[in-house]
Order: sequence, then structure tokens, then C-alpha cells
Amino acid sequence: MSRTHINCIVNGEPTDFLAADATSLLDALRDELGLIGTKEGCGTGDCGSCSVLVDGKLNCSCLILAPEVEGREIITVEGIADGDQLHPLQQTFLEGAALQCGICTPGFLVAAKALLDANPDPTETEIRYGLAGNLCRCTGYDKIVRAVQEAAVQLNSTSKQGV
Amino acid sequence: MTATENPTNYKWVGTRPIRHDGFDKVVGKARFGADLNLPGQLHGAFVRSPHAHARIVSIDTSAAEAMPGVKAVVTGDDFPALDPTHPNYDTAVNCMARGEAFYHGHAVAAVAATTKAEAKAAAAAVEVEYEVLPAVLSIADSMADGAPLANPNNHTKFAPPGDPSNLATITNLARGDVDQAMADADVVVEMGFDCAHVHQGYIEPHACVVDYGDGKANVWCSSQGHFRVRSMTADVLGVDNSKVKVVPAEIGGGFGGKTTIYLEPIAAKLSEKSGKPVKITMTREEVLRGSGPAPSAELRIKIGATKDGELTAIDGWMAYGVGAFSDMAGLIGAMSVASYKFPNLRMETYTALTNTPKSAAYRAPSAPHAAWAIESVVDEIATELGMDPIDLRLKNAAVEGDLTAMGMPHPRVGLVECLEALKASDHYQSVPAEGTSRGMAVGFWFNIGEESSATVNLNEDGTANVITGSPDIGGSRASMALMAAETLGIDVYSITPIVADTESVGFTDVTEGSRATFATGKAVVEACEDLIEQLKARAATIMGVDVGEVAWVDGAAVSPGHGGGEGGDPLTLAQITAQAKRTGGPLTATASLNAAGAGPSFAVHCADLKVDEETGEIEIVRYTAVQDAGTAIHPSYVEGQMQGGSVQGIGWALNEEYIYNADGAMENASFLDYRIPVASDLPLIETIIVEVPNPAHPYGVRGVGETGIVPPMATIGNAVKAATGVRMTSLPMSPPKVLKRLNER
Ligand code: FES
Ligand code: FES
Repeated sequence: MSRTHINCIVNGEPTDFLAADATSLLDALRDELGLIGTKEGCGTGDCGSCSVLVDGKLNCSCLILAPEVEGREIITVEGIADGDQLHPLQQTFLEGAALQCGICTPGFLVAAKALLDANPDPTETEIRYGLAGNLCRCTGYDKIVRAVQEAAVQLNSTSKQGV
Repeated sequence: MTATENPTNYKWVGTRPIRHDGFDKVVGKARFGADLNLPGQLHGAFVRSPHAHARIVSIDTSAAEAMPGVKAVVTGDDFPALDPTHPNYDTAVNCMARGEAFYHGHAVAAVAATTKAEAKAAAAAVEVEYEVLPAVLSIADSMADGAPLANPNNHTKFAPPGDPSNLATITNLARGDVDQAMADADVVVEMGFDCAHVHQGYIEPHACVVDYGDGKANVWCSSQGHFRVRSMTADVLGVDNSKVKVVPAEIGGGFGGKTTIYLEPIAAKLSEKSGKPVKITMTREEVLRGSGPAPSAELRIKIGATKDGELTAIDGWMAYGVGAFSDMAGLIGAMSVASYKFPNLRMETYTALTNTPKSAAYRAPSAPHAAWAIESVVDEIATELGMDPIDLRLKNAAVEGDLTAMGMPHPRVGLVECLEALKASDHYQSVPAEGTSRGMAVGFWFNIGEESSATVNLNEDGTANVITGSPDIGGSRASMALMAAETLGIDVYSITPIVADTESVGFTDVTEGSRATFATGKAVVEACEDLIEQLKARAATIMGVDVGEVAWVDGAAVSPGHGGGEGGDPLTLAQITAQAKRTGGPLTATASLNAAGAGPSFAVHCADLKVDEETGEIEIVRYTAVQDAGTAIHPSYVEGQMQGGSVQGIGWALNEEYIYNADGAMENASFLDYRIPVASDLPLIETIIVEVPNPAHPYGVRGVGETGIVPPMATIGNAVKAATGVRMTSLPMSPPKVLKRLNER
């Protein structure tokens, strides 16, 4: 079976791997690169567990073929903390008990980061619609929405301090 | 908010520390069922029946075996024939059909190959010849005279031996004189209801890796109870428990659906045959077609009341459709009728087999169906009597000593307190917003105890490892650590809670019946209490006093010479463990128990909603869940259980259903078409934790995991009635069904 050699940037690191043409980005991340933080809940674009950023845009990695990311920049859940310093979203998810089983958490963190990157001060409704592509069966979303609200507050206060 | 947060001045119980396993789960390091890969592993794929009911005439695996990458193929013939009376016979047959396929999606063969794609291709090349048999697809079909048998191995349980039947249980409960009470009642309301099959909908599909060697299956999988995975897998393989080791992965949701097995013995047999580790992950479509939904139901409920609102009699008929294998759904449905005093009661329940996927437990199994019907009828009575629905319920609410439908007296329960808390809440005290209407309803779940073990090891620096066999589904590690911290008197973060494999901790039953924090927690507390006795003895040696003079206060040994009056300081736990070597060696304790006294939990929910008269769509704008937790060990995770249960119930009420075609194939087997609630469908879920401590637990814990799914359907149905005048009687209340009823007004 022939495999394509793919070069891309994953979580800030130049990375290369081999993948068959029909391999999804999700499978390549998990099986070729060992980045198991990105989860598969459906494989059909309906649950958001496999959310990643490709060139800063939110995508379902199960719907992207691995060869499509040649030359692109990918961020997974493993890449959203700054070294040992958790991203404010990771911290507010922990403090606000926004995860129960935690299988959906990587996808929510990536989707929420995409949301806050684009809209630093979202309303509750904007958060709910921004995360509507991500399924969580445990929490009823309440604590997830509140954690994103809290992270937005923290990010805004630090960015204001930076000014 | 918490109604009576931290009522007894606990230091740790009732606080909200960050969970110990949280970091790994937010950085993507936590390993769930599909996250282990072993060197040289193969991938498994299933062949599944395309018929709802068929005899398997022959299976030809030769073409599949010849395909690239294929290393092993198994069919039912590769597994020992269990006696049909064996308790895991049905599980074995559900994992892999033997001669007869009982539903569309039933596994009939499996393949292991080098890649997933090769396995899938080879599975498609397995040739199965079927003889299609008549299928029963609905409860009515199943119970009809002369109906074909869904499964010829089924016999009615608890009945005298007889011919095979489509009924797995028949339960008749009665007390008082229902006919006379109905004749005497001022108001009688009778209505029929139905519920479609719904799925637990955990986001993590079933997954496992099995490495078979030296006669032993080493299993890695996510489940609600790895000891049950061990015994079931061993039984299906026909080996002793000692030949199966199960290592628990993190579990990505279960809600009852991961209390059984589907994959492990199949992966074990493929691994045995191929000599390599085998990984199997279900697709989402397989999860929906091949793993357990909750039962469907048909219900008829008649309730009589006096004009001042005493509910004098209930006459109920409830039938649950469970798929093609024996089940106790009807009996459990009868057990769930327990909210009101009902001096006169007749409850007839059935468990009916259908050629649909084998149902599995789903959060308070069978209770949501019964509560949907009963709470709807109670609401009709409140309306007819012109009574506030909470007042009507308060007048009839079960209290300690009142009998459930099964005739069991309630222990101390908190239904009255929950009703009063809702009545006093900001939500109930407010006027519904313009264009919205309100409904409320009650839910009950009895909870269970069962067997648990815990080992607590004190480390030489005064930290502790708390080892249990209960998988952490939603924060139970944190709860175990909190109870250990409270008992020992040390910092919660100095405790490492561990979920150990089947060879590293004592037997522990599956996490079901909301039992983990109750029963396993009780074992943890007992082990810690044992350690305190040991610590006191060690302290007595160090202090040179009699052990009877030593008390344990705030994590330290106190005696008259050491902090108890004059003299030196108390000896802290860390000071004692530091001297363990010279006072008798390491300090460890193990406790195991069969926990009695699980405390039933009541919940009361309230919803404000709008009904779009043009589309039939229901929009929930405000929702409050009240529940008796006994004691909330970690209130955030108690709230989380209440909110999660509420939203699963909201999905059940509004959208979720298995849609079958005429041949019994599920037509909506994806998350696109089987639509669970998303964030934009919902408001915040307000919570009020009521704490009526359970006297049978050292910290008063009742289970909290399940009750929250019971009230939402009737809560919403009652609000829809208030909004439109239409009583919805069929779940889900999806827009087409609502619109049809609105147009019929
Ligand atoms: S796995 Fe990609 S959306 Fe579900
Ligand atoms: S926390 Fe379990 S699915 Fe979201």
C-alpha cells in the first residue's frame, strides 16, 4: 500500500509522517503521531470530539484527509497549553468541573479556543452556538458554558493588563 | 447553590477541589478505551446481521481468510456452548450469534487484520447464508396472541416451567381495593402513553485491546465495572476468572450502557487465534445498532383522587420492550413506582421481547417511562382539582415508612424537602416570562449498595494512596479522596486516588445504581477508620502512653502529654508514618463490604418553555433541578450529575428515538439523525441540592447519578399542556408529533 509523505506543523513543531491517501487526519494524529488527545466519537463530523485547528480554523479532523494538511499548521488539545502553564480554558474547565467523563473535553477546549480567538467577549448565546458542533452527554453543557465565560473574563483582563 | 451546604462543619466533605485526574483530561493525556495501542496489534471488525430475525444457515469465511492482512476469523462456533440457563448465556449470544440472529446489527462473525481497512474489507467478504424468520418489532406485536417467538430460548422468569414465551417477566402488585377506591373517587383520570427506544449516547464508542498469551486474556477496556467485564468475558470464553485480567481505561461515559460487554471475548478469541494483540473499536453506527438502547414502553395509568387532593388509588399497566433477550425492565418499572402514598394500588407490568437490539441499563432504568406516565396523570388531576401541582404532590408525598409499589417501606427520604425547596425557589416564585408556560414533575430512584473493596496505603511522608475498583465516571476519584481526607484529617491533595485493575484490588461490583460514592466510599471510610486505630496504637508506642489515652483529632494523635492538656504537641499523621519502620512497619488497611442501606433519592424538576405553534418546536427557556443528595461530597459533581441527567431527559423528551423501517433496521444510526441535545438547544440548568443525610452512610451519602433523568419528560409534557392545552402522550415530543396534536385541537 503506497503512503504519502506529509510535512506540516503540529503544535508548533515541524512534523512529518506517512499516511495512506484515505487516512483521516484524526487517524494520522492518533495512530502515526501518538497524539491520542484528539478523540473519535463518530467519525462522521457529528460530535466534535476530534476538533483541531487547521491554520487557526476549527475543523473536525475526522473529515479531513491526512494529505490535505501538507504545509498547514495544526493545533490539537496537546498544543493549547503554554508549556506547563495551562490555557485559561483548561484551568476554568478544571475549576468549574466542566468535565465529567472527559472524553468530549479536548474537542470542547479546541472549539472554545477557536471561539474566543475569534470573539473574545461572547454572549452566552454566542458560546452556545459556537459550541453547538460539540456533543457532551455528561454535563448538560451548563458548566462548560460557564467555564468558557470565566475564561473569556480572565483572558480579557490579562490582555487589558498587557496593553 | 446548595440548600444546606456543609451542614456539619466538615473540613473536606462538601468542598470543591479540582479533581485529581483532571489535569490529564484537559491536556489530552488521559487514556480512554481506544487510546492504547500495543506493538504488532491487529484491528478487529464485525460482520452483522442484515435481518431482524434469521436462522444462520451457513457462514463461509474462506474468501475473507484469503484477503490481504487477515490473520483470524471467528464465528459463534469458536466459543463454547453455554447452557441456556447460565446467567451469562444471553450475553454470550449477544456478543456473537449462535445459529440465529436476533436483531438487525447482531454480530455473527468477526475478523482481525493488520489494518482497520483490511479488517473492514474482509468482514464484508464473509459470506453468510440466512433463512429469514418472522420478526416481532413492537410491544404490541410481541404480546399479541399467536405472535412468533422473538427468541425461542426465552422463558418467563419466576413462573412455573412452561413453553418459550415473548414475555420475560410478568409482575402483578396489589394492595387495598382499587376498584372500590376508583368508584369512590371524586376525580379519575386515565391515559395511555408510549416511549420509543432511546440510546445512552455516551460519546466514547465501546473499545478494547486484548492481548492473549499463555492461556490468559489481558484486557484493556473502558467499562463501568472491570470485575464484571472479567467474569462475563471469562464465562463467554469458558475459562476461569483467573484467566482474564482487566485493566480499566478511563471511561468516556456509560450511563448504564457500559455495565455489560460486547467486544472483549471476541477480541480475546481473535488474539488467541492470531497470536497477536487485537484492538476493536465500535463505529458510532455500530454503537447505535449493536449496543444497548433503553427499552421502549407502552403504559396505561389510571389515578383516582378525592376532591381535596388525596390520591386514593392507582391502577397501572406497563409493558417494556427490551429487545430479543430476557430482561427485568417491567419488574424494575414496578419497583420505581414509589413517590406517593397510594393506599390502593394495582400495578401490572410486562417485559416483552422484540427483535431489536438487546436493551441495556440506562440511568434509573425503567423509571423514566413510568414517571412520564404517572406524573402526567397527576398533573391532569391537579388541573381538574384546581390545585397547585406542588401542593397536590406535597399532600401525597411518600415519607419514611410509606410503602413503595413493591410493598417496601421507605427509609428516611427527602421528597417533601425537595418539593418545598422547589416551591421556595426563585424559579417557582417567579412569574413565567411572557409567552412561556411552566410544568413540574417528580422522579424517584431507589439506588443500590452491593460489593466494594478499598485499600488505603499510607506513605512514609504522610501522604496516602486510596485504591478502589470503581471506575471514575464523573469525579468519583475526587469523592473518594474527599472522604478519605475527612476521615484521616489530612489534605485532600495529599491523597492519590487510584482505580486499580482486577488483580490489584478486591472485588468491586460494577458502577451502577448510583452506588460508587455510597458503597465504595463506605469501604474507603472503613479502611481509613482501621488506619486511625493503627495510627493511634503507633502513637501510643511513640508517646509511651496507653493506647486508650490516645485520641485522633484533626489528623493527629492527641494524648494527655501530647496536645491534650500540658506537654508537647500532638503527633501528626506524617510524624507517625515517618517512624513506621521502628513502630511495626508500613501502615495499610483494606476494607470490603456488601453495602446495605443505599438511600433512595428523589428529584423535582421545573421547566418554563415556549411551543412554536407553527412548527411544533419546543424551546426550554428556564430549567431547575432539585434533588436530595443525602450529603453532597463534591457539590460540583453532584450538580453535574443533576444537570447531565436533566439534559439526557430533555433529549428523551424532545428528540431522541430509534426509528426502525418495516424490516426492523434502525434508520437513524448516526449522531446526525439520532439527535442528542447540543448547547444551543438548552438554557443553563439551575440546581438546588437538598441534603437529607442517609443514616446508613458515614457521611450521609445517597446515590445521585440516576434520579435526574426521571422527571424531565413529564416536567416538559406538563408545561406543554399548560402552554397549549394539549396533553402529549407519546415520546419523543418531536415537532411533527406536537404539530399534529396542535392541529387536532
Ligand atoms: S469524530 Fe469527528 S466529528 Fe465526531
Ligand atoms: S464530559 Fe462526558 S461527554 Fe462531556
